[in-house]
Amino acid sequence: MSTLAAPYRFSDQFFAGARACLPVAVSVAAYGLVWGVLARGAGLSLVEVVMMSGLVFAGSAQFVALDLWTATPASLPIGPLILAALIVNLRYLLLTATLRPLYPQKGLWRGALSMYLVTDENWAMTVTAMARGGGSVAFLMGGGVLAWVSWMGTNLIGYGLGSAIDDPARWGLDFAFTATFLALLLGMWKGRGDLVPWFVAALAAIATAQVVEGSWHILVGGVAGSLAGAVVEVRKHAHHA
Amino acid sequence: MHTTPEAVIAIAGMALVTIAVKAGGLLLADRLPRQGFAAAWLQHIPGAVLAALVAPALVTGSPAEVIAALATGGIFILTRNLFAAMATGVATVYLVRLLLAG
Repeated sequence: MSTLAAPYRFSDQFFAGARACLPVAVSVAAYGLVWGVLARGAGLSLVEVVMMSGLVFAGSAQFVALDLWTATPASLPIGPLILAALIVNLRYLLLTATLRPLYPQKGLWRGALSMYLVTDENWAMTVTAMARGGGSVAFLMGGGVLAWVSWMGTNLIGYGLGSAIDDPARWGLDFAFTATFLALLLGMWKGRGDLVPWFVAALAAIATAQVVEGSWHILVGGVAGSLAGAVVEVRKHAHHA
Repeated sequence: MHTTPEAVIAIAGMALVTIAVKAGGLLLADRLPRQGFAAAWLQHIPGAVLAALVAPALVTGSPAEVIAALATGGIFILTRNLFAAMATGVATVYLVRLLLAG
């Protein structure tokens, strides 16, 4: 990525990032299997599965797409499919903005291409590493490549197995995602200043999830919680001044 | 092994908007202030996003999810080990669901 002399070796950081993402790769794989099974049921061809998972590479957007997909090309809702992908992925504006400190001042456009490999999973691992003074583009990419391989690999297995696969909930694997992200959240605790934003984010997300499907609750909760945290912090500083 | 122009256009469109949004956050980050309200806002985004990711799954789930969440949190606080916390959560949810169903 960067030609600057870096205090680390790219490969070390790359593998560290992949290793850090191993727990979440379990959850990516469980959902990847299910997506592959459902994609076959929705009438996607093998080529279409490879294209969508390879190029779009966004789990929740791909699940929503299966809902809209039709096996007959003439009735395929192209506009709604693209619009749904845009809306479901809007939260990434928030996520990738927080990765800015990893990139050098100049040549950001090249860095923009690497955003293709950002997922909820390797983003969360990388910001956790950044909070401890670590994290790097290579670390982010290592996790991203692992997530990509787990996603694509299990999509294909699921597609091949068809309906032979059980519900991942039967093995508790549906909880892997929640468990991992809960642990990551606890690891981010810095003090009582986090109480208000987390609480507001949780409440807003719960309320939103009751009303609309998809991943809106992440965006709404993330915006509401972080704004609440900023309000509290700015007020506190105003009192001290 | 086949596809149609309609499917290729739809998938290419989905891919383009996805990378545009992902790249957009990084490219717009420099326009955002480094001090004051907006900076404080950005700092709180990761925690708020994670809380928003986790919370609905916990309240809409059965008691099994709540018990498993407590076990996950407990193990993480004790060990600081993400994999152990995840494995504990999955194993607990599996066992408690078996107990509740039986």
